[in-house]
Amino acid sequence: MVCVLGGFPALAGADLDLHANEVAWLRGPNGAGKTTLLRLLAGLGAMRRGRAEVLGADLSVLGDRRWLRGQVGLLGHATFLYEDLTVGQNLEFWAGLHRADPVDVEAAARRFGLDGRLGDVPVGSLSAGQRRRTSLAVLVARRPRLWLLDEPHAGLDAEGRAMVDRLIADASGAGATVVVASHDADHMPAVADRTLDVIGGTVTEAGAS
Amino acid sequence: MIAAVAGDAARIVAKDLRIERATGVITTQILPFGIVMLLLFGFGVDPALQVRGGDRSVLAEVAPGLFWITVLLALLLVVGRAFAVESDDGSLDALLVAGVHPAAILGGKAVVVAAELVVLELVVGAGAVLMFDVTIGDPLHLVVVMVSTTVALAGAGTLFLAVVAGQRGRDTLGPLLVLPAMAPVLIGATAAAGDALYGAGSGGIAWTWALVAFALLYSVAGIVGAGALLEDV
Amino acid sequence: MTSIAVPPSAPEHTGSRLTRVLGAATAVSWVVWLTYGLVLSPADVVQSESVRLFYLHVPLALSAYLGFTVTLVGSILVLRKNSAFWDQMAGAGAEVGLVLAGLVLVTGALWGRPTWGTYWVWDPRITATTLLFLVYLGYLVVRRLDLDAEVRARRAAVFGIVAFINVPITRYSVQIWNSLHQEATLSLTDTEMDGSQLTSFALGAIAMALFTTWLIIHRFRVGWLEYELDRSGLESAILERRGERTATEVV
Repeated sequence: MVCVLGGFPALAGADLDLHANEVAWLRGPNGAGKTTLLRLLAGLGAMRRGRAEVLGADLSVLGDRRWLRGQVGLLGHATFLYEDLTVGQNLEFWAGLHRADPVDVEAAARRFGLDGRLGDVPVGSLSAGQRRRTSLAVLVARRPRLWLLDEPHAGLDAEGRAMVDRLIADASGAGATVVVASHDADHMPAVADRTLDVIGGTVTEAGAS
Repeated sequence: MIAAVAGDAARIVAKDLRIERATGVITTQILPFGIVMLLLFGFGVDPALQVRGGDRSVLAEVAPGLFWITVLLALLLVVGRAFAVESDDGSLDALLVAGVHPAAILGGKAVVVAAELVVLELVVGAGAVLMFDVTIGDPLHLVVVMVSTTVALAGAGTLFLAVVAGQRGRDTLGPLLVLPAMAPVLIGATAAAGDALYGAGSGGIAWTWALVAFALLYSVAGIVGAGALLEDV
Repeated sequence: MTSIAVPPSAPEHTGSRLTRVLGAATAVSWVVWLTYGLVLSPADVVQSESVRLFYLHVPLALSAYLGFTVTLVGSILVLRKNSAFWDQMAGAGAEVGLVLAGLVLVTGALWGRPTWGTYWVWDPRITATTLLFLVYLGYLVVRRLDLDAEVRARRAAVFGIVAFINVPITRYSVQIWNSLHQEATLSLTDTEMDGSQLTSFALGAIAMALFTTWLIIHRFRVGWLEYELDRSGLESAILERRGERTATEVV
């Protein structure tokens, strides 16, 4: 896969193969192409060259990419929440777009401690950790088949990190594939089944070289 | 498929109106802008000045043009706001990853922009009647003119701002794209509104048809072009 | 940074047999047109010698429309085929069209001064042409946005298609506004012009269209070379990017 951003090859021949139930850890220095890779896997952005298939969707076909985007859960650095709406309203909007089951939404909110008073607080006045929980709750409620998490532990307390770990385990237990980009070298080995090194816009299996 | 796109567009509209209710940007910022424009026009054109040989003031005579200029400038603010809501925290990407069709995003935005413009037009229009001594000869015709012009402006404004969405310099480039392209709409809307207000204009009904055509053109272009504008960025 | 690699196939200039033939035809047609329009044809009864400026003005306008039509066609093909070729063609058409539209405004003002006594009048076609100029200026700015080349091509294409509505609006602005401007100079039913004037216009239209085509092809080829350069630059950038891996491992 080659992906060019503003004339710069963010990905310069990435090659990887992922399986269901798998938790893959992408590690590598800043600017190595991890975020670009996650976005490509989510069906955002176009490949300049190469071939890739995600959940059976051909990434070089626009119609396939559109379908794929509805199947994946992507959590990047941005939390994609509307600051002026409350936690509850954000959940309602995003879950509605995904046609998520209201029961799932409620369960997800409870799981992340968003069901009580916090539900009526505007997102703009939440802490970074609380926002991340809200975004995670949206992801959980929609039950994606492919989870793409960019630094999911960043800015979370010990309890929050444990919650993310359980989430990842649950998702892969339910048959989903989870791809996590992270700098957290202490934490990730315990969570991930596989470790992939991303350097210079290419991907290699850790220990393979 | 069409039902899903329309449903998503409706959700986006409802969400944006909710944000508007929470922040009040239109009521506390855009509407006052419209009123300030009315006052400035009053200072710029002496309200006591009469049209030679006519019974109307110059201000009342040129009111349709001033009205649409105000709406056009407000359009830039309203559309800019509509896109800023999405780009603040990466929600444009998230909408796409939620499987929302680009046409639903642009369509939803255009509907919100049109709704906000209508509110502005009602307030500024009432101000023009009160302060500029404008009289309305044919209310039904005026409604047709206002609706078609609003749809054309909202559709075109959303389409052109999407061209520069997420780009540096969009605040300055946006007006360069929107304003010259909207000049024909402005001219038509001014002539047609003048005809609806005072009658006896030149080809007023023809202008109204042209406005309807513009409204259709920009709506269709926005829906068809949405994918090319918003995807793969 | 690696130095910029010039593609080995890159020609030293943008000429070819086609453009040389076209260029020769352009030169011949201009000689014929200028000789007839400036020397052989009589001055106008009303406008006297300044009518000759009009022999330039109208063909310029028609050729500007030609350039913008190339942009329209190119833009449609960009969206349908995702074609870099047509993206460059669309850009070349708009750039040449913009220059011609600018010259239309200048020659119009120069003609208006002796004829109407002023450089600028609030005439529908003058204002519409000025707006057309600004619309395509915006198009060219969109083409310079800092985006991935394909994404930028598609965004510009949408604008290039929608912008074209202003060409017929400008072309027929006089009929639309029905103003005090001269009635549209060329029309099938109206034969206000005498034979020699009509010939001057026809020769001018042909000469200017040839010249415009020649210009667009050359501009396109420059654009295409830039595109190829960009691609070969990308090639070395990809290699360099992969090189980060070895650099990291050495450290």
